[in-house]
Amino acid sequence: MTTIYAAKKIITMNPARPETTHVAVRDGRILGAGSLEEFSRWGDYELDEQFSDKVLMPGLVEGHAHTMEGTLWRHTYCGYFDRMDPDGKMWTGLKTIDAVLDRLKEAEAKLDDPDTPLPGWQLDPIYFNNERVSREDLDKVSSTRPVGVMHASGHILNVNTKALELAGLLKSGVNHPGVPLGKDGLPTGELKGPDIMTPVGVHVGFDRDMLACDERGLRDFGKLCVRTGVTTVTDLAARLNDEAVDMMLRVTGEKSYPARVVPLRFFHGLTPEDLVEQASSLKTKSTDRLRLGMIKVVADGSIQGFSARLRAPGYFNGAPNGLWYVAPEQLQEIYDRALEQGLHVHTHTNGDEATQLAIETLERALAKQPTPDHRFTLQHCQLADAAQFRRMGKLGMCVNLFANHHFYWGDEHYRLTVGPERAERMNACRTALANNVPMAIHSDAPITPLGPLFTAWCAVNRITASGRVQGEYEKIAVDDALYAITLGAAYTLKLDGEVGSVEAGKRADFAVLEDDPTTIGADKLKDVRVWGTVQDGRIFSAQAG
Amino acid sequence: MPLPITIIGGYLGSGKTTLINHLLRHADGVRLAVLVNEFGELPIDADLIEAQDDDIISIAGGCVCCSYGNDLTLALLDLVKMDPQPDHVVLEASGVALPGAIAAAVGLLDGYLLDGVVVLANAETIREQAVDTYIGDTIQRQLEAADIVIINKTDLVDEDGLVSLRSWMKERNGDVEIVLAQHGQLPSSLVLQSFLARERKHQEGHQLNAFETVRMEIVTPVQVEKLAQDLASPELGLLRAKGFVKSPQGELKTIQVVGRRWAVTEAPPNSQPGLVAIGVKAVVDPKVLEKVAAAAAVKAD
Repeated sequence: MTTIYAAKKIITMNPARPETTHVAVRDGRILGAGSLEEFSRWGDYELDEQFSDKVLMPGLVEGHAHTMEGTLWRHTYCGYFDRMDPDGKMWTGLKTIDAVLDRLKEAEAKLDDPDTPLPGWQLDPIYFNNERVSREDLDKVSSTRPVGVMHASGHILNVNTKALELAGLLKSGVNHPGVPLGKDGLPTGELKGPDIMTPVGVHVGFDRDMLACDERGLRDFGKLCVRTGVTTVTDLAARLNDEAVDMMLRVTGEKSYPARVVPLRFFHGLTPEDLVEQASSLKTKSTDRLRLGMIKVVADGSIQGFSARLRAPGYFNGAPNGLWYVAPEQLQEIYDRALEQGLHVHTHTNGDEATQLAIETLERALAKQPTPDHRFTLQHCQLADAAQFRRMGKLGMCVNLFANHHFYWGDEHYRLTVGPERAERMNACRTALANNVPMAIHSDAPITPLGPLFTAWCAVNRITASGRVQGEYEKIAVDDALYAITLGAAYTLKLDGEVGSVEAGKRADFAVLEDDPTTIGADKLKDVRVWGTVQDGRIFSAQAG
Repeated sequence: MPLPITIIGGYLGSGKTTLINHLLRHADGVRLAVLVNEFGELPIDADLIEAQDDDIISIAGGCVCCSYGNDLTLALLDLVKMDPQPDHVVLEASGVALPGAIAAAVGLLDGYLLDGVVVLANAETIREQAVDTYIGDTIQRQLEAADIVIINKTDLVDEDGLVSLRSWMKERNGDVEIVLAQHGQLPSSLVLQSFLARERKHQEGHQLNAFETVRMEIVTPVQVEKLAQDLASPELGLLRAKGFVKSPQGELKTIQVVGRRWAVTEAPPNSQPGLVAIGVKAVVDPKVLEKVAAAAAVKAD
């Protein structure tokens, strides 16, 4: 059966017919995008006019997110900014520590068992003049149950006295750079870095494996996709053991699952040989809605955590250089073996030294194993300079820049981590495009909220949380940003032949919008209202939940 | 009883895996739990393996090897709950990990006592690696965090080269004890204190005669912390010391020394007073050690 959707406007991303009014769909595929008359030869059809006052775009593609965001929403949201949960409830941002404590108290009042832990997430004291949350503060929420609040960066955890007690840390003489001590010689309850967050985190209700997403979390994540117009989404670092793969296959295979999920196998804990072998065998398990077989490598840490690898002149505040999470020889072996097996690797590089290593390593791998159209992609790649983008362009590398990061932490980078000049060039979208580096932009949800239209707004306006424009030169046009969140991101996943534009033969994936992102104005891009999505010809309304 | 844990660091190719196999091969009743980052191309020599599944390799003599993959802390939390508990944990850090940071984190975990940081260096390549654009600072930070540096693969370097390598190392970490080795062949007691404790009981020599083991009977009460601190002073050149001594209050305490690091803890029940130390034969002087012990003795009023 053919359905023809009439819309106020369809933005196709197909330059040959960029705008149209009708799209014909059969069995989840687009028969064509054009005028109603053009479709007459396709036979009987049903004209669906429910979108006649809406704007359709290709379903949005989020090229760097983590499905664990779905799981996190079961914890108490403590963020500074308003954020919508999977059920559509808008949680107001909390502007003071007292407001954070009040929300935790509300959540606490709903718990019956006095031992149940109370986890909160997305705290960001940067916006409270860096005033810290102490264990005494959290003791006001509860002194009997363990309470812990994860920071937005994911690098710091604040806990109450009970949690420290349970972890055996309520003692004097603790000597660890990640555990600040109070005047009484006891830990203040702030815990910095995964080494020390994990042993306490298990007591406050944070799952043992932070990257893991459970069944309900994956379903909730699907709801967030509908609310943000996303029809294809990555899960960028998944452990993907048999159990996890079975669960993901089952959930994404459900009739009403609204998104195509692309999980990348996380490299850690496997030799390069085993990694490539596992990814190869996962590839064969792929379905339409679960695309397996890609690899994710993490080369360094984060810039705001001072664990990213920077080249000279290093950190603005003089902090020592960051950490490698992969040895150069191992990265080489992963790239060599992946190219040999025709596998696709995405590499997290935050600092420019990590980016340089990835570029040089891939250059050597390609010399040994020339591979046209490999599309190896650097993820974040926040500090790359023009010379690195030139080289990436020549090598056929892609990039997925962290546009949202610029809004949330740009001020910190300007003031503290890399200083004004490099902060202005961070996430250099314009330079990437100028050097023909295929580009996507991302949210890294849950680090920042899922929402490609917001991400596009960030790349177009380059406004930081304090309201400054940072890096005027690196702004990109609205059209370029819309391309980045559709075909651009699809290209980095080798899915641009299937999704990312509205044209004959492609998947019937649409973002259904109340407003027109091409005319609403660059400064209002983030305010475009999302009605829902069509994914593979199935209609999902955000309102229906 | 806290579980002793030794961190073995060093870059790729420094011989960590060989050393660990050597320790397992000579475990001789000490039940080791070895934690490795990944089960690579046989982290354990095939003839030592009794059984293997995804997460754990069972090894002859009650030893095990587990991979910790992404989360070392979780693996350590699991290991301490193992029944029966192993006698000693040997943690092989990944080639780019900073053993100092791991040691700091382990120091906070309930149930563990850090036994020391041993960092291996490939005699042939270490100086080159230490100035490498990408990994140079990582290598330097690894060496700086060591209690003992094992310069391995010394057969690949000539005598003069070793002399200059030794002074180069001292410039980087003046406090460190340096040991030369080939193919990770070393007295196990030098790497792990659990072996040292056993040597004390068995009163047996060890296979490599470049090292001197000194046993001391200390039965009278001593100022325990002073003794521990003195044993860790660089002039004595001790690699390790371990034993039980009486405090002025008459309680039995455990002393552990590795390089410049020392610790005093409660002694387990039924421990017998006495102390054993190991160092390079050319450096260690038993007479000096006796004097140190005498100086810490509590004077009778």
